[in-house]
Parts: sequence; C-alpha cells; structure tokens
Amino acid sequence: MSINWPAFLITIELAMVVSAILLVVGLPLAYWIAFSRRRWKFLVEAIVALPIVLPPTVLGFYLLVALGSQSPLGRWWQSLTGHTLAFTFPGLVIGSILYSLPFAVQPFTASFSSVDRKLLAASATLGASPLRTFFRVVVPLSLPGLVTGVVLAFAHTMGEFGVVLMIGGNIPGVTRTVSIDIYDQVQASNYAAANATALLLLVFCFAVLTVVYGLNRRTPNPATHNQRLWTMGPIK
Amino acid sequence: MPTPAEPKPANPFLTARICKSFPSAERAFSLDLEFSAAPGFTILFGASGSGKTTLLDCVAGLATPDSGRIAVGERVLFDTNTHDANTHGANTRMDVPVAKRGVGYVLQDLALFPHLTVEQNTEYGLAHLPRSARKQQAAAMLHEFRIDHLRQQRPAEISGGERQRVALARALVTDPCALLLDEPLAALDAASKAKIIDDLRRWNQAHRIPILYVTHSREEVLALGERVLVMEQGRIIAQGTPHEVLRAPLQETVAQLAGFENIFDATVKSVHEDRGTMICRVMMCRAMTCHVPGSEAGSGVLLETPLIRAEAGSPLRVGIRAGDILLAIAKPRGLSARNVIAGRLVSLERRDMIIAARVNCGVEMEVYLTLAARDALQLVEGLEVWLVIKTHSCHLMRR
Repeated sequence: MSINWPAFLITIELAMVVSAILLVVGLPLAYWIAFSRRRWKFLVEAIVALPIVLPPTVLGFYLLVALGSQSPLGRWWQSLTGHTLAFTFPGLVIGSILYSLPFAVQPFTASFSSVDRKLLAASATLGASPLRTFFRVVVPLSLPGLVTGVVLAFAHTMGEFGVVLMIGGNIPGVTRTVSIDIYDQVQASNYAAANATALLLLVFCFAVLTVVYGLNRRTPNPATHNQRLWTMGPIK
Repeated sequence: MPTPAEPKPANPFLTARICKSFPSAERAFSLDLEFSAAPGFTILFGASGSGKTTLLDCVAGLATPDSGRIAVGERVLFDTNTHDANTHGANTRMDVPVAKRGVGYVLQDLALFPHLTVEQNTEYGLAHLPRSARKQQAAAMLHEFRIDHLRQQRPAEISGGERQRVALARALVTDPCALLLDEPLAALDAASKAKIIDDLRRWNQAHRIPILYVTHSREEVLALGERVLVMEQGRIIAQGTPHEVLRAPLQETVAQLAGFENIFDATVKSVHEDRGTMICRVMMCRAMTCHVPGSEAGSGVLLETPLIRAEAGSPLRVGIRAGDILLAIAKPRGLSARNVIAGRLVSLERRDMIIAARVNCGVEMEVYLTLAARDALQLVEGLEVWLVIKTHSCHLMRR
C-alpha cells in the first residue's frame, strides 16, 4: 500500500488548525447572528453562507488575488515574512477558513437560537454579565450544536479540493493534501494508490461523523425542551 | 437567613412612571401608567394582555420604556429626563443595565437553568461571593424554602411546586432591592400554593422590600394583597386594598375580573334616601353565560340595592356574585334580606365541587350551591324556588 502519509498529516494539521480557528471566530459571529436585531443582519448571513453555493474555483480565484503580491494584505504579509501568502500553508489555512465558515457558523447559530431567551433574561436579572451568561448558560445548552459545527468544519476541510488547488498549488510536503494526492494518483493511473488513500479518507470521515451523530443522539438538547421564542434582543 | 438583612434605608418605595408603546399593524398597544409600591406585596391584577408582564419587564430592565422614571427609594434605575447639574441641565438618559439593577424577577415560566442542579441554580446570582459564602447562603435559602433535600436534582427531575420554590429561592438569595413575581403560582394546586404563599409572607416580613405580584386569581389577591393595582389595556384603572377593589368596584371591567357571575343592566326605579336603599329594575342579562335574550321593557325583576348617587331613571349595572345568593325551596319568612324573588330552576350543572344552578326569575341568575345543599333540598330542574339576595350583595356600577 502506498499511502501518501505526508499528505495525510498535512491534511489533518490543516483541518485541526482551521476548525480551532473557526471555533474561536465562529462563536462570536454566530452569537451576533443569533441575537442581533440589526436590520442588515441578513446580509451577513448571506455572506457567511456564500461558500456553500460558490464554486471553489471562484472563491480560490479571488483569494489568490487578495493574497497575492498586488493586494495590500499580500504586500503586508510579504513585508513581514518575505514571501507571499499564496502557495503556502498559512494561505491554505486562510482559504480553508473562509471555505468552511458556514459549516461551523450555521450549526452554532442554530443552537444559539434554540436557547430559550427567558433563560438569558433570568441570567441577566441575577446579575450575570453577557459574557458570564454566554459561558454559563448559552454554551452549555448549545454544546451539541457546537460539537457538530467544529466536526463539520473539520471534516469539510479534510475533503476540500478546489480551493486548495487554487491557492495552495500542489507542493509536496507543504500544500499537497490528501484529496489532491488522490487526484494526482488517478492522473498517473495509480489506481491502487488512489484507492488506498481514498479508502482511508472515507473511513476516517465516516468514523468522525458517526461519533458526532452518536454524541448528539445521546444528549438531547435541554434548551429545546419547552422552547419558547421571545421577541427580545440580546440582554444588556 | 444566614445573615439578617442589613438595615436598608427606610421605606424603599418602588416608584414608576412608564410610557411605552408598541406600534403594530394588527394590535397597537401602549403602556401608560404611574404608581408607587410600598414595601410588601402589591398585586398587579388584570386580564392577560393588559400589560402586566411588560410592566415587570420595564422594571427589571428587560424592556425599555419610551419615557418615564423607575426608582427604588433614592436609587434611580431608569430615567429619560434627568436634569443633572453636572451636565448643565442637559437631558440625559439614565438606564441601569439589567444585571446591575438588583431587582429579583421570577419569570412566568420560571426559567430555571435546565443544565444546572437546584443548588447551582440557587448559587447562580452569587457569583461575586467567595465559594464558601456562596454555598452557605444558598444552603440557608434552600432550607428556608424547604427544598434542601433537592439540591443535587435538576429542574426536570422535581415537581412543579418545587420548581416554583427553587425559582423564588434563586431570586431572593441575591437580596434584591425589589421583587417581581409574574404569576409565580399559576400552575399550582391550592394546597401547595398556600404553603408557598406562607413561606413568601414569612420571608417578606423579615425583609420588607416592594414586591410586585402579577396574578389573575382572586384567591391570591385576597391571600397576599396589601394593595392591588388593577390594570386594563396598559393603564391602571383602579387601586386600593383588595377589599376596596374587589368588593366595591366602580367599573364593570373590575367587576368582571372580580368574579361577578351575574351582571345585569338596570335602571333606578325609585330612591329611598330615608332607608338608604334604592329600588332598581333589572332588565337584561349581561353575563356571557346567560342565554336569555334581552327581555322587553317592563319585565325583569325589582331589586333593592344600596343607595348611590343616582336619580330615578338612571342607567346602572348590577353585579351579584353567584356565591352570595341563597336558594330556598319554600318562601322564606323573617329574613333581614330585602330581596326574596320567586323563580324556577332552569338547570343544575356540577363544576368540580360546586353546583352552578341557573334560576329564571324574570332574568336568569347563576347561583352556587354545595353538593350537600343540592341533595338536602332535592333540587331538580323545573322546581319552583326562591332566591334571597341581601341589599349589600348587589354591587352597582356605572353604565
């Protein structure tokens, strides 16, 4: 069996970094979407959902432009590190974060929205700051949704292809991920090698999703019991 | 209590002036009221949709009035019109955030945290204290509300009455400057209700803070009330002691809320100032449960009622509680009651442990009897009966 282990390790590293960052970035974003009463909230929701429908090549193309040496971001990065973001691992991380954003943020938002607003009101009247309410009430009650979001982001990053190819290129040991490796093997008619890697990816992703859905089944979300919508904004 | 309440400034009255409107295509609603609540229970009484919960939300800070002022004692919680010397008379808006108001609020469906135990729920509002003090105060409060044996249970595992106690303990342990209770006992049977009311009363005697208590139950009003505010459509339409508000209503909406089963249109036939009474002709049934269409003028029944300032021919409305009417199967003699009216039993309907009898005596009246009374008198539909109504059981309202 000729599994390309370096590609596999790079993919897992990418997926872990991306889902960790998405957890940190996605929580406040999802909180804002779930609780804000801004009129233009729908715009943000649409932008977050965009990667679901956009062809990865489109996203990859604009990212390439945005990260390249012609853009302010690219130039700033270049002055900092001496090389462009494109075709590097950090560039891959940025692309993957954007590409997997909805897969984390949407489950987060859904689970935040299902937390009974009366609990937030009660928490505030008991003197809790919004931050304390978030960590003591909102997060524990939306834990299954948070796990789902992180795992979906992880699995989605594991399997992405188009964006990686566009902005990462295919540099062995740096940006060559499993899905690209499989593509290469098929191009080279190495079906046995392609099959070995593909099967490993298939089993891995299936195992991850099984664990997630198994967890979600065993912990019914207490927040959705006796749920009541309450037309009220975030608690001051 | 672990530590007796620290001496608070004398008479921390809760004073509020609130204007808030909800423009809505289907149903515009506005809250426009002013009141002051002394330490102790103040009952907010009114039909659902009269704005009681919105009022509590404004005091707690969960809703923001368009204008007004809310304060507990000297402490201003909300003010749209602060003329502060420091700001050179400029109007600044004062709005203390919910978490800093120190107002205890037991929401209508309690909102206990489902993922926390009873003990953790009770400790939730004490985050500013060290762990040992937190444990100790929560334990004392749980003991006071007789739920210390439940401390490791989660809200889903305990009964409705126990949950009410947890919600009260959780709000009271924070030593609030005012307490808001939104129908906290609505879902309970009479026995558990009475016990919780006792505990709440006992707690209140030690602490004496203003308590706004929303209910639409008459028994709760009479059991708890030192003062009642009657609300309708965002306004306070009557206030006073439960006795004043419930026994001598001036307006029909109050009467309906206060449980008058019999409400009739009437006109004053004659006024007897020497006797302190009036004779009114009761003409038309107004109670919703009455199926008799309005009788033509001239029929109906004459009632002797208390004297109010009215002239012969004035239109009035009479309310009589079904429980205030006596029913006899023979014409009674030698009674002080001035109204003894012949009629015929139309129907007998059992409602829980009482019998609601309908008697046609020119108008149809509803009378409440006990099961024993029905059996002793061998009441059957169609029987000829006499109704006995005391003059002062006839409550007059303007029409």
